[in-house]
Amino acid sequence: MGMASKSIKTLLVAVFSIFLLLFSANSFASDAPAGGGEKHEASSFDPAKLIMEHIMDAHEFHFATIGEKHISIPLPVILYSPERGLTMFNYSKFNHGHDVYQGYKSEEGHIIAVNEAGEHDTTVTVYDMSLTRNVVQMFIALTLLCVLMIGVANKYKKNGAKVAPSGFQNAVEPVITFVRDEVGKPNLGHAYEKFMPYLLTVFFFILINNLMGLIPGSANVTGNIAFTIVLGVISFFVILFSTNRHFWAHIFNPPVPGFVKPILVPVEFLGIFTKPFALIVRLFANMVAGHIVITCFVMLIFIFGAMSKVAGWGFAPVSMAFTIFIYFIEILVAFIQAFIFTNLTAVFIGQSMEGAHHDEAHH
Amino acid sequence: MELLLPGLGLLVWTLLAFLIVFFLLKSFAWKPILSSLKERETGIADAIASADKVKAEMAALKNENEAMMAKAREERAVMIKEAKETADKMVSDAKDKAKSEYDRIVAEAQSAIMQQKNAALTDVKNQVGALVIEVAEKVLSRELSNKGDQENYIKQLAEGVKLN
Repeated sequence: MGMASKSIKTLLVAVFSIFLLLFSANSFASDAPAGGGEKHEASSFDPAKLIMEHIMDAHEFHFATIGEKHISIPLPVILYSPERGLTMFNYSKFNHGHDVYQGYKSEEGHIIAVNEAGEHDTTVTVYDMSLTRNVVQMFIALTLLCVLMIGVANKYKKNGAKVAPSGFQNAVEPVITFVRDEVGKPNLGHAYEKFMPYLLTVFFFILINNLMGLIPGSANVTGNIAFTIVLGVISFFVILFSTNRHFWAHIFNPPVPGFVKPILVPVEFLGIFTKPFALIVRLFANMVAGHIVITCFVMLIFIFGAMSKVAGWGFAPVSMAFTIFIYFIEILVAFIQAFIFTNLTAVFIGQSMEGAHHDEAHH
Repeated sequence: MELLLPGLGLLVWTLLAFLIVFFLLKSFAWKPILSSLKERETGIADAIASADKVKAEMAALKNENEAMMAKAREERAVMIKEAKETADKMVSDAKDKAKSEYDRIVAEAQSAIMQQKNAALTDVKNQVGALVIEVAEKVLSRELSNKGDQENYIKQLAEGVKLN
């Protein structure tokens, strides 16, 4: 499934590139006669900036801008500075980046400390611990996850094991058994039970944030490198803590001829770090790519619309069709990526415990 | 590129959120769910195992029943055979007895007949002797005129003699 979605993605990127090429050719063609007016339009509509705004973190949920009016939910800003201490206020105090508040200023969404004159004060270190839209959305998603899962668990406790599952319990149970039987058991063998809470938490943690990120207007939580770094680092420590003697022996004394060892040992040692790094980048890149592709297809309408109203309206159905198509793929990808992250973590944990198993299998 | 720079706030919040969610779900969700699933699965496995056991027991019982039935049938056949033999024997015994009785009766009858016959013969002989004597008396006592008449008379007498 991963391969299929990848190839479909490749195909779509190709189609998309062709459209962009056509568009650039068109814009070059139309550049000469239109003159200054066209340039003004281009500066007011910047697709790359909009896409980045969509996939990046922000201090507010921004839905639309109608004329000068911004429709958005500003979020709390929490700043800590060794020099100035802890500061908390609402992001709306910045008046969309126009105002300075309590010696801080929002510049392109980044909060910087300013001095009396209103200039960037580089002597003050600011740690931005704000509840950004990613944080808030993650909290909402995780609250939902906890409520749902504990509800399901209570149903099991109330009904006992012998009663057939019902309702949401019925939807969750196959997923849990899937993670247990297809991820835990094959990779971790007898030790799977110890790792099930971690694997299930990772799976549902990623899944619910992936799915919440697909709601239009929501933040792109799993496509943020900070989010994936945390999960990757946790995986790294889980993998490290489950290593055994055989694993380290294999890394520092691989069963190869002596002269290969100077090459292989660094490679094997780096492997400890590349595994979680790959997890981090994979989830991040996949989710970001999905969001970019969807936003791009929506943007195409406005790019064509900037050229001419007819082109914009004409392209809208095509763009919508592609967007809906990608949207469904993204729903699939949300599950696939959660599964891949969990499965690979389980595989790596399994590898770090492998020696003992290996010996068991042989003797 | 800014996209690849992790925000400190999100890093910290994500870590905190993950740890809280992990410990919450671990004790309040995954443990009960997994133990229930396990309990159910072992329950199902046990049920299947006991069903198999019961099935095996049933099969054994059935085999036993069949063996018993076969034995019973065999016994019945033997009993019928024995009964038949007994009956046959009884019949043949009865027949033998009847035959010997019959033989005895016949023999007795024959001997009785023979006795009576002998008695009758003796009687006849006695009567014949008496008749002969009577006839001879009559012949002797009658005065015969001629020889022819005499002979006719003898003839007549002889005809009159009826051997019983």
